[in-house]
Amino acid sequence: MKTFGGAARFLDRDDINTDEIIPARYLTEVEREALKPYLLEDLRLEGFDPRRDLAGCEALIARANFGCGSSREHAAWALEANGIRLVVAAGFARIFRQNMFNCGLLALELPAERIDALFRRFAGRPGVSAVADVASGTLAVRCGGDTERIPFALGPFERALLEAGGWLEYADRRYESLRRKESP
Amino acid sequence: MGKTIAEKIFDAHLVDRPAEDVWVLSLDAVFGHEITTPPAILELARRGKDRVFDPGRIKAVIDHVTPAKDGKTALQGKILRDWARRHGIRDFFDVGRNGVCHVLFPEQGFVRPGYAVVMGDSHTCTNGAFGAFTPGVGTTDLAVALLKGVCAFRTPRSMKITLKGALAPGVFAKDVILAVVGRIGVDGATDRIVEFDGPVVSAMDMEARMTLCNMTVEAGATCGICRPDEKTVDFLWEFIRGDFPDREAAAAAFRRWWPDPDAAYVEEIEIDVSGLEPLCTFGYKPDQVKPVRELAGTPIDQVFIGSCTNGRLSDLRVAAGIVRGKTIHPRVRGIVCPATPKIYAAALREGLIEDFLQAGFCVTNPTCGPCLGMSTGVLAEGEVCASTSNRNFNGRMGKGGMVHLMSPATAAASALAGAIDNSPLFPGTRSTP
Repeated sequence: MKTFGGAARFLDRDDINTDEIIPARYLTEVEREALKPYLLEDLRLEGFDPRRDLAGCEALIARANFGCGSSREHAAWALEANGIRLVVAAGFARIFRQNMFNCGLLALELPAERIDALFRRFAGRPGVSAVADVASGTLAVRCGGDTERIPFALGPFERALLEAGGWLEYADRRYESLRRKESP
Repeated sequence: MGKTIAEKIFDAHLVDRPAEDVWVLSLDAVFGHEITTPPAILELARRGKDRVFDPGRIKAVIDHVTPAKDGKTALQGKILRDWARRHGIRDFFDVGRNGVCHVLFPEQGFVRPGYAVVMGDSHTCTNGAFGAFTPGVGTTDLAVALLKGVCAFRTPRSMKITLKGALAPGVFAKDVILAVVGRIGVDGATDRIVEFDGPVVSAMDMEARMTLCNMTVEAGATCGICRPDEKTVDFLWEFIRGDFPDREAAAAAFRRWWPDPDAAYVEEIEIDVSGLEPLCTFGYKPDQVKPVRELAGTPIDQVFIGSCTNGRLSDLRVAAGIVRGKTIHPRVRGIVCPATPKIYAAALREGLIEDFLQAGFCVTNPTCGPCLGMSTGVLAEGEVCASTSNRNFNGRMGKGGMVHLMSPATAAASALAGAIDNSPLFPGTRSTP
């Protein structure tokens, strides 16, 4: 099955919200690719410059409650438009997490201590990569010869969404001839 | 084992269990607005699936930027409008009939006890005030909901928040929910449904309950939910009178959604609101909450009274009562935004609009615009807004702006003072005479 990630960027903050990931002033776009230049434009993080720091980035590693706030799937689209298909965090807001899997992208939740250890070992070093292999359930974080492998578990539904390429594909196949029950 | 409100709604709507912890529910209604729906429409069309599961169960509104401010927002409106016409979606609300979705749709009677409803907007949780399961979702969930009438959720886990005591004068549902978010934190209810209970909720009218449920998502909740009672029936009566012989019968029927006495909750919290004073946020997260008196004197540039949190008639009545016969501080730009045309008209009849205009407020048409910095009240870098809305995120109302969330009473008093201030309705300490 698929792998996600690559060159990784650490964002040392809890509660990075979707307004920060893609500000509302860009929600007037109706095509996903148009969001590309604006990713994380409003992120409040000392020394962070999205244009400089996100160039070539393929994975984000952050702390708790990533993607809180607005339901805008534009946040997941802005990540994907920039080639970021993996976000590793100590926790996700429900809608953002679902949006990621619904788009066939991976939101990988790890215990806060694990995330903390990754920050201590890898954050700030040049050339760090994070690659999640869904088939083996392993996240490999690497910097030169220094590698940490972290096992992870995904539920069967999340796996099925990644396999299908997203919820629209999955639902379309599975609920081809859906009969609704009467409302209560 | 007994069941929570959410568990009962899940049981009644289950169509599939693709995994042990995943429930696919049939939806009684699907709501959409012009920001998150057009990408779903375009995506479905690209896939050759430009269809809807049931036009009678889909409700759509242009509310975020309206009337359109530029070519892009005009296109968003057009995509939604054309789609609604194409599919015979009768409940489509365009300029002149449109209002803030989470105020407009309940006002139209579209949300009923026991319903499962989704919308591509996080504050859909507002509608849980009616005893319904109403989570906000993203655009892909919305696309599937529009096409198939279903949506997937994890097994519901409910958290019960019991509100006891009695609110002091000048303290409102907004202060209560700010207290809740402040206490449990911005992810204190992540992946949970917040079931409100207790005498304070029973005493609240439907507008206050909507304010309460509205900000549950600021604590990460899937939605808020209140048990449907006589007040729910009274609010909905004009829409449901054909279905029940009388109000008592409706209330009795809705009691099937009440939680069982032995229902299991992942967490239960009791809050005594008796000593609660008016609250206000500081910083960039909605759980950064302090008593208004501690922030009193903080200078402000703008006041916004409106939004799906506090743009209802009861909110305008309170705010107008405070500014009536007075003039807002010369440094302050005051913006009042009645959330729907019906509220606007009622405010006009009651003289509230006149009160606001005399005090120096600008009264705008119903829109979500200012709350998320999209139109009619965007902040400049370094500016500060006292706002009755729901989010104080960095850049929320404009890049570099600061937002302090508060009740309409506090916002109105702050407009007069030119700085954050407690309202005269609150008997506690005021910073200015």
